[in-house]
Amino acid sequence: MSAGDAGRRAELHRGVARSLPILVGVAPFGLVVGVAAVEAGLTPLQTVATSVVIFAGASQLAAIDLLARDAAPAVVVLTAAVINVRMVMYSASIAPRMRAFPRRLRPLCSYLLTDMAYAATMAEDETAATAWYYLGLAGAIWAVWQAATVAGIALGRGVPPGWELTFAVPLVFIALLVPAVTDRPRLVAALVGGVVAVLGVPLPFNLGLVAGALAGVGAGLAAERVVGTPPNAGPEGRA
Amino acid sequence: MNTVVWAVVAVVGAVTFAFRHSFVYLFDRADGVPSRLRAPLRYVPAAVLAALVAPAVLGPVTGPGPLVTARTAAGAVAVAVAWRTENAAATLAAGMVVLWLFRLG
Repeated sequence: MSAGDAGRRAELHRGVARSLPILVGVAPFGLVVGVAAVEAGLTPLQTVATSVVIFAGASQLAAIDLLARDAAPAVVVLTAAVINVRMVMYSASIAPRMRAFPRRLRPLCSYLLTDMAYAATMAEDETAATAWYYLGLAGAIWAVWQAATVAGIALGRGVPPGWELTFAVPLVFIALLVPAVTDRPRLVAALVGGVVAVLGVPLPFNLGLVAGALAGVGAGLAAERVVGTPPNAGPEGRA
Repeated sequence: MNTVVWAVVAVVGAVTFAFRHSFVYLFDRADGVPSRLRAPLRYVPAAVLAALVAPAVLGPVTGPGPLVTARTAAGAVAVAVAWRTENAAATLAAGMVVLWLFRLG
């Protein structure tokens, strides 16, 4: 084994280790997707396919719910697309870091891009967010997501709803969000993004999420003009 | 429903991958990130994560209601623990314990 292999393996392990607390939120979410899909009448194979092909929990749940209610296919696709369009923002934000990844790995890294993998990678210093660290982190999330989906199919209605295990998902997002708020403009971005998303809940196609994200970014830029560019912004800024 | 499900899964999967890969591909072609985009990108993590968290914790605003619910209390404790410890496992544990205590009480 060469020194390069050892380095890769160490980075891979560091990424997997970083994912461990996150996985506690991934597992119940995947479980709920598996249960919901089977209850909606999807076959086990179709259910696994949503997790492998789409691999984005909130949009999977929305699509499953709409399919169960016999919504028009175009409505299902549009709703899922609106929920996932935030990935375009992640893609632009993480792209400078992925430019340092080997080119042949980049499509795989893009496929593995999730809210949690994105936030945990952006929380690292630029030099620490290596390709193999990312693959360890995002790959572990992927594996647990697939396993949890299969477990959900097997369990069916076996999970007591009173446990509210899905609340682990926003809690993990809080754990990722709070360290990302490193200065006043970012605090303004978070507050405005949150308030607009809550006000936008009644909007169709989950447009409240997109409205909140855009309003938050706009508010952060506006705040930056008032208080000045954050001192720790760096070339792309730390998350 | 069968064919429709497969078609929807395929199309949503393709669209989602296109979203994920969009700028990773474009910035590679464009030889870097345009400088005009750098400032807005700084605010993406805070803005998007908050837009995901807030509705899950606060729920839809349908009029006057109790300010302290199991979810808002659990969310507030989780924010405080995350701020003090920056530890994801501690944040998750504290939030779930508060949620369950409220449900029991």
